[in-house]
Amino acid sequence: MMADTIRTHGGRRSGAGRKPGNSIAQPTTVIRVPVNTAKVIKNFVSTLTEDRPLQTHAKLSELIQFVRAKQHTVFPLYTSKVAAGFPSPADDHVEQRLNPSDYLVENDAATFFVRVKGDSMTEAGIFDNDVLVIDRSRTQQNGDIVLAILDGEFTVKILEQSKKGVTLIPANRNYSVIEIKEEQSFEIWGVVTGSMRKFK
Amino acid sequence: MNHSIALVDCNNFYVSCERVFNPKLKNKPVVVLSNNDGCAVARSEEAKALGVRMGEPWFQFKHLAERHNIITCSSNYALYADMSDRVMSILSKFSPNQEIYSIDECFLDFTGFYKDDLTTYAQKICRCIQQQTGLSVCIGIGTSKTLAKLANYIAKKNLSFQGVCNFNAMAIQEQNKWLHKIKVGKVWGIGKQLAPKLQQIGIYNIDDLKNINPSILDLQFSVSLKKTIYELNNIVCFKLEEATAQKKQISCSRSFGVLITSFKSLEQSIALYVSRAAEKLRRQNSYTGSIHIYICTSPFNKKESCYENSVTIPLPEQTDNTLTLIQFSSFGLRKIYRNGYKYQKAGVILSKIVSSKERQSDLFSKKDKQKKSDSLMAALDQINALMGKKVLIIAAEGITQSWKMRQSNMSPRYTTNWNDLIVASQFI
Repeated sequence: MMADTIRTHGGRRSGAGRKPGNSIAQPTTVIRVPVNTAKVIKNFVSTLTEDRPLQTHAKLSELIQFVRAKQHTVFPLYTSKVAAGFPSPADDHVEQRLNPSDYLVENDAATFFVRVKGDSMTEAGIFDNDVLVIDRSRTQQNGDIVLAILDGEFTVKILEQSKKGVTLIPANRNYSVIEIKEEQSFEIWGVVTGSMRKFK
Repeated sequence: MNHSIALVDCNNFYVSCERVFNPKLKNKPVVVLSNNDGCAVARSEEAKALGVRMGEPWFQFKHLAERHNIITCSSNYALYADMSDRVMSILSKFSPNQEIYSIDECFLDFTGFYKDDLTTYAQKICRCIQQQTGLSVCIGIGTSKTLAKLANYIAKKNLSFQGVCNFNAMAIQEQNKWLHKIKVGKVWGIGKQLAPKLQQIGIYNIDDLKNINPSILDLQFSVSLKKTIYELNNIVCFKLEEATAQKKQISCSRSFGVLITSFKSLEQSIALYVSRAAEKLRRQNSYTGSIHIYICTSPFNKKESCYENSVTIPLPEQTDNTLTLIQFSSFGLRKIYRNGYKYQKAGVILSKIVSSKERQSDLFSKKDKQKKSDSLMAALDQINALMGKKVLIIAAEGITQSWKMRQSNMSPRYTTNWNDLIVASQFI
């Protein structure tokens, strides 16, 4: 029984394997190359064998020259997309859009905000509900608008320091000048450097 | 060349932050209480003098507080975190190398600075922080982190130093004299357990420790103690760690506002903590492989019966998904919950944390399931970041949260919320 069976599995099968007479027309060998160079080498070899049979003992320098001569006219059609319209003349001039924080805040770590309640500074342009910017990194000078703590309360006034002492001057005629007395607790918290107001 | 390492540490940080925005707290005894107003986590000098101890539970010093009009504040972490950020950012301008060690401490490397006098430089830093943030800091300088910590401790305890203690500008005899005065338990890295062991072998103060030969300690003590001894002898063993390492463990726990008995409330609180912990996990772009939950009754209440238990659940697949984590935590809670107890605290710890690169996926889980989970969590985080912390919550956290923590005296978020700004009164 066994002897009569036609073998369909295993052993040599005629007609299998790579056909002789490929493009190179001579025996081949397998070589290992780094993956990233495989494409270049294939390209090189295919250019080399495109029009002429490969000479077995050609010098490498000759081969290179030949490939160069064949390849130097070949350019890719395009490498990247180009917008169809006129290129933007502003491309070289792109800048950051304006940010109100940059305008108001010079020293981020030392900047605090305070809400105004009341009208004793209206003539200096400081109104009820405004938000003031306080920069604590600045040292106060005469005439500065400052946030001060007077007897435990925060208040914003114009600072006037002289040999006689410290006075806080409101910017509203209905309020009187405050002369700091020795027994009062007083501290300058920071210098007012800006203000913010929303209408809507 | 000897190193010059400085440790900058804010004085009574939480209390000082409160005082910057509330001048009425000045010169008064003030205590900041931990989450849920549980115990003292920061004390003003006045409160320290009255005998309030660090970590003391509120109910234990309540009578003292009433008698001496001690002012208590609930902790306002939004404010403290912002003020810390300001201090660290100002300090970063004084040295190219900075290690932020905790919310109120950082190391600065002054090694190789061409400065005649680092003490003057440090005093300048103190003044700068004081002016720009209103907070006072102390600075200790030494040849190693360990010595810098000790110098800072000395500057804090001795007003004569005016905030800066510089070991490197001190004669060695004088430095040893100071070290002789400080108990060994005060050295960085030597805790309550190690100190008595050292005392047994005759090491009482830091000068004793400095002069011990580390090789004779080897068998009994750990390598880190040996390193500490080297550091006391001007040999650097702990370098500045500038990049903040990813956390290997994330935990979230709170005491409850009221004692909880029902499973449902407990389950809700656990779900909330899981949610918080998972947010932190995603923020550092990592995944957890294990979740641990624990519950306990009050350790101080001797009249009620006590119970505490915990369970660790290894997860089948590393995850950052809040929903998955809540499923497992509820499963775990069912295992450890016992009826009839008054629970006071619960917590969640995520461990076996890996970064997104190290993560191993489950061979049998579906690919798009992970993608869906990722985008859901990203959407959750983005919406909450954009529209406020609690806009989207997991329903398991509960809507009313009656058990939520007490924060009866929390100050406004002066620097992080437009509605909470300091108010300048313009009626005078």
